[in-house]
Amino acid sequence: MAVAKVCGIETEYGIIFKGSDVNPITASSMLVGAYSSENSQMTDWDYSDEHPTQDARGYLIDDYFIPDLDTQLVNTVLTNGARYYVDHAHPEVSTPECRTALEVVLYDRAGEEIIRRSTQLANQALPTDFEIVTYKNNSDGKGNSYGCHENYLMARSTPFSQIAAQITPHFVSRQIFCGAGKMGSEHKGSSAGGGVFQLSQRADFFEEEIGLETTIKRPIVNTRDEPHCDPTLYRRLHVIAGDANMSEVATLLKVGTTAIILAMIEDGCYPPELLLGRPVEAIREFSHDSTLTQRAMLRDGQHMTALQIQYSLLEAAHRYALSHGLDAVDEATGNIVLQKWEEVLNGLSSDPLSQCHVIDWVAKKRIIDGFKQRHTLKSDDARLKAIDLQYHDMRPERSLSARSNLQVLTRPEQVQRAITQPPESTRAYFRGTALQRWPDQVVAANWDSVIFDAGSTLHRVPMPEPLRGTKALVGSLFESCQTPRQLIDLLGKEV
Amino acid sequence: MTEQIKKPKVVRENTAVADVESGQQNRTTNLKIELDNLLDEIDEVLETNAQEFVKSYVQKGGQ
Repeated sequence: MAVAKVCGIETEYGIIFKGSDVNPITASSMLVGAYSSENSQMTDWDYSDEHPTQDARGYLIDDYFIPDLDTQLVNTVLTNGARYYVDHAHPEVSTPECRTALEVVLYDRAGEEIIRRSTQLANQALPTDFEIVTYKNNSDGKGNSYGCHENYLMARSTPFSQIAAQITPHFVSRQIFCGAGKMGSEHKGSSAGGGVFQLSQRADFFEEEIGLETTIKRPIVNTRDEPHCDPTLYRRLHVIAGDANMSEVATLLKVGTTAIILAMIEDGCYPPELLLGRPVEAIREFSHDSTLTQRAMLRDGQHMTALQIQYSLLEAAHRYALSHGLDAVDEATGNIVLQKWEEVLNGLSSDPLSQCHVIDWVAKKRIIDGFKQRHTLKSDDARLKAIDLQYHDMRPERSLSARSNLQVLTRPEQVQRAITQPPESTRAYFRGTALQRWPDQVVAANWDSVIFDAGSTLHRVPMPEPLRGTKALVGSLFESCQTPRQLIDLLGKEV
Repeated sequence: MTEQIKKPKVVRENTAVADVESGQQNRTTNLKIELDNLLDEIDEVLETNAQEFVKSYVQKGGQ
């Protein structure tokens, strides 16, 4: 039986400092710093368990440069269990571990609100001619890209080579409903320049099928093996091949469909013939074709469009749901995902424009095409690129996605709650609740441990199991303890 | 010999098709009105110097 698909999203935001040449590391630090002065319950990140050079294919890369350790200073954990920090000159929010794709949508939205609040606070402290602006996108149009990464819990026993080969067709084709759209192309070999419209922000940047890199020569499947949990039982699949989405339905489908397919792969139910011959070529070709008619070659020589690949995956998912059930992704959530997946594919088949309230690239293209027509502009007009960027502007008064009538799945009061309250069904509950109860006595935390100041000593509580430390398991324990010392004594060895 | 009366059936089919078509037309019209309103708003909130904005939007590479 597939392991519960505990999942989460880490989003690197674009950032500019208007009015001055302040470097982006400083600007990003100002955001995290501003949020931290308003919220005294945050704590510091504990780096001791980070191993980004461990490769899932079985070796350790020695001289690998780990630049993010330079910004250790501005790295915090929040009471909702999220991580908020500066990474590679971008402010980054990692959602806490979520049990379902719907929960990820909620915590991703909470992350957006945290970024908005931080920006508001930071700007309040600046003189009037200066302003920090943030963007939830992945490309600056000048060859630089930053990521929206997903993480999925998997069983260690599933061979990595099998995961890599079988998840690739989905990563290459899912952009037809989770691509965020982009005006322009940055691929070295591309002859088309500013005027081309792509489905995906990130497709240009993928140069390899598989690899450890995340900042150059990006691979479609990332081999980073840093499980942040019991490595004998689990693997954390770290996915870099996706766009950040403004549409909640797109986020739900991105995470929800991937979780189902990974469960299928773990249970040996992936259709064996559905493997791609040239994925790196395919991801770019699909991205450049908004008519959705471009075909990619499978390993057996057949050719399929991205839509056909997705329909095949959906059919396999339905068979899997019947034979194995969808417990791994939570039955109710899984059924919602299957339904919306089918709706979106049917909509794209008949008329892509019908999906303008759920798919980001469709919403964006509709605005670009409409604006171009209204003002009789050429395809390489700067205003069309400006629309692309401003679609992702985090300021409510400027954001174009906020004006696109995108379908919403979350309620405002749920999002408000998710800013400070952790998910209840994963170890994020333990981390977030400890921080809320004893902010001055939680010295540091990371994904798989919390360090308490227990009075005379510091005490580290390991949390190697993502499905323990839940409200059901430790909720009443927290209620019955006045101090961390009491909690530690009652817990025993680990959460 | 009685002739099969096909007319009423044909009329019903036409009505059904007409219903779908006018429903479709309503949706298309609504989407068009929505787009026009959206473009009006964008004219107001889009960065005033688009060229400068696009040129100065540079990020450091992340992951």
